[in-house]
Amino acid sequence: MADTHVAPAEHSPHLRHHFDDMAQQFDSATLGMWVFLLTEIMFFGGMFGAYTVYRSMYPEAFASTSQFMNPKYGAFNTAVLIVSSLSMALAVRAARLGQQKMLQLMLIVTMIFGLAFLGVKGFEYHEHWVDMKVPLIGGHWDYSEAPQFARPAQILFCFYFFMTGFHALHMLVGVGLMTTIFMMARKGTFNEHYFTPVEISGLYWHFVDIVWIFLFPLLYLIGRTKALI
Amino acid sequence: MHSIPSFRTYVIIWAILTIMTGVTYYVAQIELGPWNIVIALLIAFFKMSLVVLFFMNVKADSPLTKLFVGAGFFWMAILLALTLSDYFSRGWMPGGKFW
Repeated sequence: MADTHVAPAEHSPHLRHHFDDMAQQFDSATLGMWVFLLTEIMFFGGMFGAYTVYRSMYPEAFASTSQFMNPKYGAFNTAVLIVSSLSMALAVRAARLGQQKMLQLMLIVTMIFGLAFLGVKGFEYHEHWVDMKVPLIGGHWDYSEAPQFARPAQILFCFYFFMTGFHALHMLVGVGLMTTIFMMARKGTFNEHYFTPVEISGLYWHFVDIVWIFLFPLLYLIGRTKALI
Repeated sequence: MHSIPSFRTYVIIWAILTIMTGVTYYVAQIELGPWNIVIALLIAFFKMSLVVLFFMNVKADSPLTKLFVGAGFFWMAILLALTLSDYFSRGWMPGGKFW
């Protein structure tokens, strides 16, 4: 990784003594972040695996119960998250180019869209609460025509609240990260030679986006064509 | 360190991701039997690949990082394949079929 154009950065105050140069330090940090993200894949992977097993067990009940979720909110939130991923990628780009104002602007846009996502999610949770669709605490699904669907319906909504809940928790952590990075950016910490924290936080943000890319079709869009029993 | 993707590249990737979100939404309204889930997952994998390669810029990362990223998704494939082969081969699934 001995790129010649990074040579001036070798005396950067941000270069830790156990690294050869800034490029090696950057590659190590990126690799380390990916190792952390692999543990996150395992964390969410367990839930996706369990979901797959139960959906295979109760395909009709899951398809029917999915209609208690509003795919319009889900699609809107997907679009919101994709915009936040774009602004995050542009923030990293601005940091690498040393564009301080652009970096701060893009971090703020990312935070606003992240919070917008959480707002819509909170609104959805409130609707489920009002509709009595929260399992275990009074949630019930009136399947008088198909009573065998009532229990799988509870299971699907358990998956829904656990998976979207942990995703929302990750979003909250992400907004916290962005706040920290924004404060660092305001102090002028980042430049063309040192932008690792922006890049690393960006990887986290995009990962959380990817989780939602799978949650949206698997929770909201199953059985849209099946008549509600 | 790595080449910096252009502003235009990022906007194009964003546009494709947004269009694919619309596509996955509308295809889900059409009855395609078992193909609904197949198409939904294919689109999700496509979107994930774009985010990983361009937004996360793994395209320009070191071969070691690429290997780690690949290992993560390979692990996920093992988790799903072995879990499902176990459940289905034991006859524990009342439906006995996918979806």
